[in-house]
Amino acid sequence: MRDRVSQVPGYPDEKQFQGFIRRRRRRGAMWRTLFLIATSVGIVVLSALLLNILDDSFGYVAVKNEIEPAALLATYAPKRLPMERGGADYQILRELSRDVQVQILRDHLSQGLIRRLESEQPLDQRSQEELGDLIIERVVEPHFLASWSLFDSVFHRARIKAEVAEMDGASLRFYSWLNPKFVVSPQSSHPEFAGIRTAILGSLWVVAITILFSLPVGVAAAIYLEEYGQKGRLNDLIETNINNLAGVPSIIYGLLGLAIFVRALQPLTGGSLFGIGDATTNNGRTIISAGLTLGLLILPIIIINAREAIRAVPQGIRQASYGLGATRWQTVWHHVLPNAMPGILTGSILAISRAFGETAPLVVIGASAFIIRDPDGPFSKFTTMTIQIYQWTARPQAEFRHLAAAGIIVLLALLLGLNATAIWLRNRYQRSY
Amino acid sequence: MPDILTLPRPSAPSISANGERYAITAENLNVYYGAFQAVRDINLKIERQKITALIGPSGCGKSTVLRSFNRMNDLIPVARTEGRVMFHGKNIYDADVDPVEVRRRVGMVFQKPNPFPKSIYENVAWGARINGYRGDLDALVEQSLRQAALWDEVKDKLHQSGYSLSGGQQQRLCIARAIAVQPEIILMDEPASALDPIATLRIEELMRELRKEYTIIVVTHNMQQAARVSDYTAFFTVDEHRTGYLAEYGPTTELFTNPRQKITEDYITGRFG
Repeated sequence: MRDRVSQVPGYPDEKQFQGFIRRRRRRGAMWRTLFLIATSVGIVVLSALLLNILDDSFGYVAVKNEIEPAALLATYAPKRLPMERGGADYQILRELSRDVQVQILRDHLSQGLIRRLESEQPLDQRSQEELGDLIIERVVEPHFLASWSLFDSVFHRARIKAEVAEMDGASLRFYSWLNPKFVVSPQSSHPEFAGIRTAILGSLWVVAITILFSLPVGVAAAIYLEEYGQKGRLNDLIETNINNLAGVPSIIYGLLGLAIFVRALQPLTGGSLFGIGDATTNNGRTIISAGLTLGLLILPIIIINAREAIRAVPQGIRQASYGLGATRWQTVWHHVLPNAMPGILTGSILAISRAFGETAPLVVIGASAFIIRDPDGPFSKFTTMTIQIYQWTARPQAEFRHLAAAGIIVLLALLLGLNATAIWLRNRYQRSY
Repeated sequence: MPDILTLPRPSAPSISANGERYAITAENLNVYYGAFQAVRDINLKIERQKITALIGPSGCGKSTVLRSFNRMNDLIPVARTEGRVMFHGKNIYDADVDPVEVRRRVGMVFQKPNPFPKSIYENVAWGARINGYRGDLDALVEQSLRQAALWDEVKDKLHQSGYSLSGGQQQRLCIARAIAVQPEIILMDEPASALDPIATLRIEELMRELRKEYTIIVVTHNMQQAARVSDYTAFFTVDEHRTGYLAEYGPTTELFTNPRQKITEDYITGRFG
């Protein structure tokens, strides 16, 4: 082989050729290193982000109780003492018998507050869990005097302990900001009790409206453009425009939604046309406005993905269908759509997870900054998880930053769930033709 | 198996009630793709219940002519057809003719086996169902699969995917699917070109069997196949504008043993093409 290389005219001789090979390999190795660095940068950035979120989601807090759980137990259930340290004392309050719990509440709360609570739901009809929570919230009344990140909690324990020892009546606890109560509690101005439930429900409502609007419209438009529309200049023009719309910044869609859904269609989106909603929601800043705006935002993406999926259905299947005397509609309905469906769904779920994570247009539409009541329909005020996280990070108190971190974890979990569904659907229905 | 031929068929006699001898005829047929003329002045009378082979070099328009018999060219946006294709005394390109109706009566089998991604049963039953068939579907599926010589191989796995079959079986499934809507004519566009020699042989046997009931028009690249299987052969070639035309048409034995045209002789003896 060596001889052959050196003998072929026009090619470098043996020695030059060896050097040439070395240079080529060096260049290849250089590029490989560059690609590796690029990948590492991505991994490092992603890890930093995740670590930062985790760092804020767990850590020590200095808690000061108005009344110590131990003191309550000493009075009402001395048998429960002595109790373990840590969060277990709160749990014991939830496990007391309901008679004792009601007694504690009656002894410590004002007459007026008791009356109000009774009118919401009589105390004896509430569950142990509810009564326990009520005691913690109204009687024990824990306040977070200070909070620390996970990193500090692990590496500067001694310093933190010293600081807390100087605080009057404070005890140190390791607290997970992400906990079951956080997920099921509504908004609150007290970080000790604030949760993300209203925001989760708001997000789900908004995304439900988004799906109901954009999926049928988007798929129908894609079917028309692919299967019915005449190929020509008009079709090209429409395609170009849809592609451009997919790249329009989301804030622009927010302005569009503000002009159309919030302002122009106010009677419709506020619900006053249907006699629903109260004066505060009649301004059109409602779930339906937000859902439709996000629907417009992802409509081009859904159309593009659906067209792609429809185009990927082999022409042979259409021909076979027409060859049997099927009409265009029968061909589309029985063959094109079922075979394109996995692709359409995959693309749509990715578009929906984009809608799930949108914030900017919702700020423009006017998502509520603070809302305690669960949204109860398309015409109610709303907040979403992204808005909630944004609001929390904007607060001065450090505790809300921890809440935002916990909220981000919940949001990421939901988005990962959506993407996993998309991958699962793709793998499950992938066909070989 | 006389029982497989018992279902009523729209046109049983070889000469129809109004005395037509031919199954379908092309008269002065011209097909254009945009500005390009694909074929010109085709006059072709297809005999009833015979196999007619369309042969010729690549790009000579034989597939175009085949597809014009059931208006499949309509699906190509730039295609335009002039002239007439007479079917039961009616030009199928008349404005009042629905191509859907034409395609139900003139079925088609394609070059690459293209079963639907459904079960074997559904592949056969679907065409009948969408065309409003009200009889016993199970019987129709069995009859169609028997006619396509596939029944014995698939009768135990009717609900498996059509894609679980081998290529040759898939093509016979496509033939069964075409038969199930009870067409009068079956168009076959190089039905065996994607198959191995043994599967090809089976398709050819099947075609000869189907000839008893159906008129078959088959496009083939394979001259031996045309000689083996067909009763009539139409030889197409291209002129200097790359437009296809019908050079010679006649009974297969005559055309292969005693071609009238020099160009036909050159082609069938392998001197060009």
